[in-house]
Amino acid sequence: MLDFTDHSPLLDLLWTAQDAHGYISDQDINEIANKLDLSAIDVEGVCSFYHFFHRQPAGKYTIYLNTSILSEINGMAEVQKAFESATGASWNSVDRTGLFGLFGTSCIGLSDQEPAALINFMPFTRLTPEKVSQIIGAIRQGIPVGQLADPVDNIVRYSPLDDRSVIFRELAPGKSLQKMSLLTPEEVIEEIRASQLHGMGGAFFPVAQKWESCRRQASSPKYLVCNADEGEPGTFKDRALMTRMPELLIEGMVLGGYAIGAAQGIIYLRAEYRYLLPRLEAAIATYRQMGWLGRDIPAKSPFHFDIRVQIGAGAYVCGEETALLESLMGKRGEPTTKVYFPVERGYLGLPTVVNNVETLATVARIVELGARHYRSLGTPASPGTRLLSVAGDCRYPGIYEIEWGLSVGELLELAGAEETAYLQISGPSGTGISAQEKHRRFCLEDLRCGGSVMIFNSKRDLLKILINFTAFFREESCGVCTPCRAGNFILSRKLDLIARGLGRSSDLGEIKQWGQLMALSSRCGLGKTAAGTLLQALEKFPVYFQKLVHDKGREKGFDLDRALDDYREAIELP
Amino acid sequence: MAERIVPFTIDGKKCEAPEGQNLVKAAEANGIKIPSLCYFEHIDPPLGTCRVCMVSGDGKYTAACTMKVKEGMNITVNDPALDDARKAMVEMMFAEGNHFCPACEKSGDCDLQGLGYQLGVSASRFPHLFLDKRIDYRPKRIIVDHNRCILCRRCVEEVKAEGKYPVFGYQERGVHTSVQVDYEKEARLTDAEAIQAMHICPVGAILVRGKSQPRPRGERKYDLQDAEAIIQQEPVAKPPIPGGHKKVIATTSLAGCFGCHMSLLDIDEGLLDVIELVEISKSPLTDFKKFDRRCDVGIIEGGCCNNENVEVLREFRANCDILVAIGECAIWGGLPAMRNFLPLEECLDEAYGHATSDVADGKVIPHDEDLPELLDRVYGCNEVVEIDYYIPGCPPDASHIWKVLKNILFGSDYSVIHSEFKYD
Repeated sequence: MLDFTDHSPLLDLLWTAQDAHGYISDQDINEIANKLDLSAIDVEGVCSFYHFFHRQPAGKYTIYLNTSILSEINGMAEVQKAFESATGASWNSVDRTGLFGLFGTSCIGLSDQEPAALINFMPFTRLTPEKVSQIIGAIRQGIPVGQLADPVDNIVRYSPLDDRSVIFRELAPGKSLQKMSLLTPEEVIEEIRASQLHGMGGAFFPVAQKWESCRRQASSPKYLVCNADEGEPGTFKDRALMTRMPELLIEGMVLGGYAIGAAQGIIYLRAEYRYLLPRLEAAIATYRQMGWLGRDIPAKSPFHFDIRVQIGAGAYVCGEETALLESLMGKRGEPTTKVYFPVERGYLGLPTVVNNVETLATVARIVELGARHYRSLGTPASPGTRLLSVAGDCRYPGIYEIEWGLSVGELLELAGAEETAYLQISGPSGTGISAQEKHRRFCLEDLRCGGSVMIFNSKRDLLKILINFTAFFREESCGVCTPCRAGNFILSRKLDLIARGLGRSSDLGEIKQWGQLMALSSRCGLGKTAAGTLLQALEKFPVYFQKLVHDKGREKGFDLDRALDDYREAIELP
Repeated sequence: MAERIVPFTIDGKKCEAPEGQNLVKAAEANGIKIPSLCYFEHIDPPLGTCRVCMVSGDGKYTAACTMKVKEGMNITVNDPALDDARKAMVEMMFAEGNHFCPACEKSGDCDLQGLGYQLGVSASRFPHLFLDKRIDYRPKRIIVDHNRCILCRRCVEEVKAEGKYPVFGYQERGVHTSVQVDYEKEARLTDAEAIQAMHICPVGAILVRGKSQPRPRGERKYDLQDAEAIIQQEPVAKPPIPGGHKKVIATTSLAGCFGCHMSLLDIDEGLLDVIELVEISKSPLTDFKKFDRRCDVGIIEGGCCNNENVEVLREFRANCDILVAIGECAIWGGLPAMRNFLPLEECLDEAYGHATSDVADGKVIPHDEDLPELLDRVYGCNEVVEIDYYIPGCPPDASHIWKVLKNILFGSDYSVIHSEFKYD
């Protein structure tokens, strides 16, 4: 049965319990189940799905050190050891006094400032072993974590000159909404259609088309949801946007709400960005004061619209729009089989548009600057600009606003990258390209980049990168379908075998087949794209992979001594 | 509004069905069975969890159960990629869980097992994961065996206490996902509802205490009255021997129960004909302890549980042109692999620590330079050496074994019928 029942308070109820005691107890589960008239097993199911909800005490100070590849190559291992020694907690557990919990977590959106961690959801960047012991020492002395946290850099390294930028230019709050007040909702949609704007979250769906389908739906009320889950490793552009120009996001949401006929806007903000909440809420409050949110917003037809923020709880898969809506409704973030698209039946079974942060910010700029101006930028087939979060082996990591059509080589120059060997475009679920491909261009016809650009120089080991990516999907798989749930785990083990020098050519062949199988059979985009980078790498770098395997005789890479370790240890004991 | 009957095609065959009908149902009505594990007609929308019903519709791969009939759609059900994908899904389920069919109450009546036979699954292409999964004895009436659960989600959707409260729910995510029971709500189920839960589970993951079958159900080969009639063997025909020199085979049982060797011998007097065609070198049958010459075929029963097994297996690989792994133990570990999710030390503790012993103070784990040393887990043979062929079964049927061997040795035509392949 399709279940659109509203359990949306559930996530916040779990957060309240988690924040209050550092974990969610049996009693909490039962109280919440009674309150919402649910089976305790369902509350437990939601709780256990999300990374940041604990059923055992997770420490008064919970440390999440991120395990993204950029963290790894920038010294995560030493930082991890430093945390372990300073706190007394071993990895993924709590120290004996219950003061510190030390856990790994997937990319937290601070790729340009790695290694980075969250302590009680406050950001700590550019960590070194020395810095770690200073921080832990200060915490032990009772200094509040908020005081110790690092101000997060949101450096915009580049944006087009000569009035060719769209996002990063002078901002006068309310400008786009003043224009909106002179347009009908249909005219707003027309302006966006004229701009040819495509979604900026990675799927690139034409925005006007999505809005129009929603507008045409008979049911109400309607919802506009902003996908601020930014979980793709290496992506941090939305974090920068929400910090520097939350006004653009709010205006974009108001415009979207007006266009589709919604009265409620919801920002689904990933838990890793909890520290942005004060900034967002302050901006929302300001817009309420200015009369651009709330009742009777100046417009051609009666228009009421307000925005609330829902914090996620740690699941990359919730960046997928149907999983996001499930999560918003207080359920496990499992993607649906798309019996209905969100514009038909989304949040609570009602017409819902889900748009990325940058998409909505761009909407505001398009209304402000006009579609014609927007179309004059970029290329004819890919008009406009987009934000890239660039990090890795380059001198100038940070945000780059580029016109569509820029080549990879030009970006590498701007970023001060030397001896580049490999780039990951759009994160682990995207495309891996070699430095030979730097003639390729960022545009819809070629490299459709969802925002993340990770640069790796010739000193980096490709296998290590691929192992990191596969482990990421293994952790983040929602678990519903076999090919993704078991497949990512099986691939992980296979790559581990190769890393230990025990692989044969047949293992490479198997990786290729199994990856293709996952792409064919998986139930959602995560499973379908998880092995993509691995398969591309096998195609593009055959010489590299051949060096990793050996085909000595007909014996397999079986490490007999290692297999006998357990027994030999067992008989040692007195 | 009346249903509009529309035309569409499946594998080029013209079909008809009401517009908007579920594709699996529509296909069945047109005489085409699309294999599936989690499709149940009354569950709407379909679960789409097992991914076995993959088809391609106008070039796009989707699960058939999530598709609705549209006029003019062109569906492909059978093509090499799809047939293999379906089989692979079932193999992945066998590799992910811990499916010990010989010990399972549902054997003979199990959808996963049935589908495995139907699709011709012999050896899973995936390495067994041997994940440690629990058996939950805590509920009042039911027992949930997570080793067998394929996460089809049916129990989650259908079993409700007082018609309203789910009794089963998914927990965790990724490879740790499992279906757990709400004990308080389970206690509220009626007896009939508990038995219904057992029936709707496609595998043997949900059982009701005291209600397991007094007799095995289904038509397992050895349940049938006329068992002897089934095990009739074809006489081993004598093909001409090229070059006049006999083929040489060797056999061994590593960590096996010798059941596969027993099955090999099920040809009874046929063995006398076999001896005229092949010579047997190192084997328990001849009791030759060493390889005295190079062998054409080596037959391996049993997996590797200690270092002696590994040594013997490596010796076989070095001395035989072709290695054939027969039986589940040789293929992926089989029944001895039940210790794979327990740390070795726990197994040794249980055997030598907690057992009564003549040693006064505590346990002594046997170890001596003459005794083999145990491996950390049981390994299938193909994890240690390259294996050329696999014959699945527990044990494989004698006809199956000999047909394969004749094909390998003499190139004889090879076709194994369903009753020889279905060893349960």
